[in-house]
Amino acid sequence: MEKEKALGILSLIAISTLIVISFLIKSPFFQQNGDIYRMLFFHVPLAWIAYLAFFIVMISSIFYLKKEDRKYDNYAAASAEIGVIFAALTLITGSIWARAEWGVWWRWDPRLTTTLVTWIIYVAYLTLRGSLSEERKARLSAVYGIIAFISVPISYLSITISLHPQPITGGGGISSTIANGLIVGVIAYTILYTYILRIRKNTFESHDEVQMIEKNRRRTNTE
Amino acid sequence: MNEYLKKVQSIVWKDIIIELRMKEMLNTMLIFSILVILISSFAFGTFNQEMTQSIAPGVLWIAFTFAGMLGLGRSFISEKDRGCLQGMMLAPTDWSAIYIGKTIANLIFMSIMEILTLIVFVVLFNFGQIITSPLKFVLITIVGTFGFVSVGTLLSAVSVNTKTREMLLPVLLFPVIVPIIIGAVEATLSIITANGQFWGWVRILVAYDIIFFTVSALSFNYVIEG
Amino acid sequence: MKNRRKPKIIEIKGLSKNFGLTTALNQVNLKVDNFLTLFGPNGAGKTTLIRILSTLMKPSSGEAKINNIDVLNNPVRARSQIGVISHETHLYDGLKAEENLKFYGKLYNVKNLDKRINSLIKKVGLEHREKDRVADFSRGMRQRLSISRALLHDPLVLLLDEPYTGLDQHAAETLEQILDKFEDRTILQTTHNLERGLKLCCQVAILVDGEIVYKANAEEIGFEELKQIYNQKVQQNE
Repeated sequence: MEKEKALGILSLIAISTLIVISFLIKSPFFQQNGDIYRMLFFHVPLAWIAYLAFFIVMISSIFYLKKEDRKYDNYAAASAEIGVIFAALTLITGSIWARAEWGVWWRWDPRLTTTLVTWIIYVAYLTLRGSLSEERKARLSAVYGIIAFISVPISYLSITISLHPQPITGGGGISSTIANGLIVGVIAYTILYTYILRIRKNTFESHDEVQMIEKNRRRTNTE
Repeated sequence: MNEYLKKVQSIVWKDIIIELRMKEMLNTMLIFSILVILISSFAFGTFNQEMTQSIAPGVLWIAFTFAGMLGLGRSFISEKDRGCLQGMMLAPTDWSAIYIGKTIANLIFMSIMEILTLIVFVVLFNFGQIITSPLKFVLITIVGTFGFVSVGTLLSAVSVNTKTREMLLPVLLFPVIVPIIIGAVEATLSIITANGQFWGWVRILVAYDIIFFTVSALSFNYVIEG
Repeated sequence: MKNRRKPKIIEIKGLSKNFGLTTALNQVNLKVDNFLTLFGPNGAGKTTLIRILSTLMKPSSGEAKINNIDVLNNPVRARSQIGVISHETHLYDGLKAEENLKFYGKLYNVKNLDKRINSLIKKVGLEHREKDRVADFSRGMRQRLSISRALLHDPLVLLLDEPYTGLDQHAAETLEQILDKFEDRTILQTTHNLERGLKLCCQVAILVDGEIVYKANAEEIGFEELKQIYNQKVQQNE
């Protein structure tokens, strides 16, 4: 539990730093639309870590199928939950951005659209987990966890080609200060992700343990 | 290898004979796809030529995929009900033969539905006139349908194990086949307008087909085990 | 009860199976050389054991061999030696009796399939119904056809999972006759029906809560004695 505590404090520090930094960084290029560009330091890292989380779902799924160890299934479930939440936050921040920048809540931007599709896939993944019996849950959701992630790059490719996108960040938009802010953001959210992942995985394991104890107690009572 | 293919063939034959007798899947799929076309034509009003051109590909592929979904949902229910899937699994063959057999059978049912739907579509939408190259259209339909059926057959085997059985299939399948729908619609549109990236889309769909067919065939064992 | 002599042909060592958190089988050891009946209440793990032996399911740990073929490493070869009869018939309603057998016969690579089907259909007394669809069959007829399905490839080992469930008198007798003639083969049968289960077998074992709690030779034990032991063992665990 010590490790979790340390990680918790660390993520608190990291996210606070990110918030402070997001207020300090100035960008003359983005400034013309007001302070909305500060959302960038949350929006972009959230998106990255959401995809990292989905990638971890696939890796855990492959390991589960190879080793049949419940640990990997718990990791996959935990990572999918975090990914869905981070992707949802990406969509929300993206939508607010679009409203401020172009006056509409949604633009069919390839990256945002792909994130929407991906988000739906992993909501489906969690729905699948919920409607499977304990016997087959881990194995079947592992198969879907693999199929799901493979479809993401192909979806992105076809969405990009079909939407004929206009570049969203104009030339010279990303200055080195902005890039530094993004790096801090990615680090901060990675720490937060690791922290929640561990907590959720521990929760699942405790849940398993409680059920085991219940079962054994019932058995010894009757004997 | 030859033996393996023979077994695949008997699985396909079995499905076709049963379908020809019971007509559970084909009738429902066909009625449904025609309904989709009818309802779209009511919903979008009477079309002028221009509007037809831009809407036709979308309507057609919605009809194909929605009707296909209905058929795929049934695909493993008949196998589960009397333990027939287990019966096949007991036979001395790699289980991938079951996946390939079922996929081919579903592909055949889908194609029959698509051909009949297309006849209605040609009549109602004057589709024969607006399409520039029927051969290209056949190609993109085959490539698109194959990808759809490859993932669909696997996920159909997944969804029969859920509490709601085939209810979950659309939720699992549709977000994963987004590239197929986009690719097929865009390619169909490029055949109508005679410009656009037809071959580019074919290439993407072929890549999708290869990747997903392989992954599905490999992971099918894990789905049906137990 | 007959004396059967055959080398040990089903060997199960330290077999365990967990479903998520549930332990279905716990360190099961069993050797079957002629005809063993495994008794156990519902949920004892009988079906799980049969499924692992018939390669439908992988165990969490332990090994199982059929005629010296490891069912884990060599499932396809093992399958060609196993015939399974369970309470599920594995038959397609939409196919005729004969078509069902033809389909499975092809999957098993049976030589002289037509001849084999004819003789099997006669054996289970369905020769005048072979052109009828299984959908029109009674439960007992389906079960009889299912028996002939399991015997198509002349398996060395028969695995029977609650075979008497839902059988009518005729089908049960047919099954018993066939099993009785199956002298040179190995049979593992699971059931909770003590009387039927004891009738033909040479050995008995009792499975409760995933563990083998009792083994004996059938000759040494009478029906009443078995009943007493069974009830005692089952109650201990309930």
